[in-house]
Amino acid sequence: MADEVVLLDFWPSPFGMRVRIALAEKGIDYEGREEDLSNKSPLLLKMNPVNKQIPVLIHKGRPISESLIIVQYIDEAWSNNKSPLLPSDPYQRANARFWADYIDKKIYSTGRLVWGTTGEVQEKAKEELRESFRVLEKELAEKTYFGGDMFGLVDVALIPFYSWFYTLETTANFSITEEFPRLVSWAKRCMQRDSVSNSVPDQYKIYDFLLDLKKKMHSIE
Amino acid sequence: MLCFMSAKRSDLKLLGGWFSPFVTRVKIALNIKGLEYENIEEDLNSKSDLLLRSNPVHKKIPVLIHGDKPICESSIILQYIDEVWSNGPSILPQDAYDRAIATFWVSYIDDKLFVCMWNILMAFEDEEERKPHFEQLEEEVLVTLEVAFNKCSEGKPFFGGNDVGFIDIALGSFLPFLYVLEKMNGKKVLTVDKFPELENWTTNFIANSVVIETLPEIDDKLVLFCKAFRRKWVTAKAAAK
Repeated sequence: MADEVVLLDFWPSPFGMRVRIALAEKGIDYEGREEDLSNKSPLLLKMNPVNKQIPVLIHKGRPISESLIIVQYIDEAWSNNKSPLLPSDPYQRANARFWADYIDKKIYSTGRLVWGTTGEVQEKAKEELRESFRVLEKELAEKTYFGGDMFGLVDVALIPFYSWFYTLETTANFSITEEFPRLVSWAKRCMQRDSVSNSVPDQYKIYDFLLDLKKKMHSIE
Repeated sequence: MLCFMSAKRSDLKLLGGWFSPFVTRVKIALNIKGLEYENIEEDLNSKSDLLLRSNPVHKKIPVLIHGDKPICESSIILQYIDEVWSNGPSILPQDAYDRAIATFWVSYIDDKLFVCMWNILMAFEDEEERKPHFEQLEEEVLVTLEVAFNKCSEGKPFFGGNDVGFIDIALGSFLPFLYVLEKMNGKKVLTVDKFPELENWTTNFIANSVVIETLPEIDDKLVLFCKAFRRKWVTAKAAAK
């Protein structure tokens, strides 16, 4: 039932996108509620008092926070479903978790620096981001998805950042498509899945949003 | 059918270091399951080929090598151990929701508590710089963890209930480091007045059979190690600029 599952979300958030994708992969009905992060709802503050952040999944009244924790919870709570997001073998599961953790550690904060800074700081961040993409391409190798034939946790963790590619390329003057063709092919492959294309906004929409955000940030200064 | 955990020689190697809280976590988990393993002490100034081969991405300890398969990152290793040796006592809760909550708190401990303590260590020489981190530790992080303990333990001695579990291991492994910071700064933080539940929990944790002999001694050796570690880190950071 849709009222059993509620997702507190914010449309441009890559972390929110991960949960949308997982819910869609499992065919789970849910009520999505858009949060205004400058004016957080009492429900959000009650359901995530520690971090006060989206996404928060509320299942039968009980909240779960942190996107990768939510995705794994979804996989376990709806486990008799035909689309597992994690493999069943413990070593392969550890490997999937390792790469999801790598993406969490490396992509978001570095990407933000590439977008938000200039000069030497931006150059350094750009190099770090390139190195992370190199490592990820190596791990992907010739596989269809990071987990092999099965679309899974690592793909879910990374694909939201595809919506940032145009912004990063334009802001930092480099071509991810040229430098990392395998990664971009993988991303386009993922975007062909309905669960992904319905959850990950268009790159230009994200670019406009981030441009607006930058203007707002600069006008505050 | 009678099922029992035998501490048979399974093909396990732990690449670790006596000082590392993250390594301690793995030792406790292996003790919970009654597993024997070969402990390989790494020198972080001169990392072994085995370590560099087993964790080429991060080059960090701990690494658990099971047969020929390396597993990295302490929380991931603990989940792996729990899933492979599922017949032994549980490290993570059985229920999916409880598991998500436990993982959330371990994440909080790594993201907030560890970072806070790290900042205190790095600002060791500057009291003004240390102050806000100490405040965050006392007024935000430990307060949050005291509340978390009340919720998770439900009146029992550990976050995990009657037995040491995922959250206990994650938090407890940082106790020696916390005590060193208290010593170095001449300021007790985890006091029974402010944090009665957590303080009581630390006594139970340290005395528990799976924890004994896994934690480094809080002595001059550990204090000196932390100071040297800090010096090296600060120097390397300055050189990189």
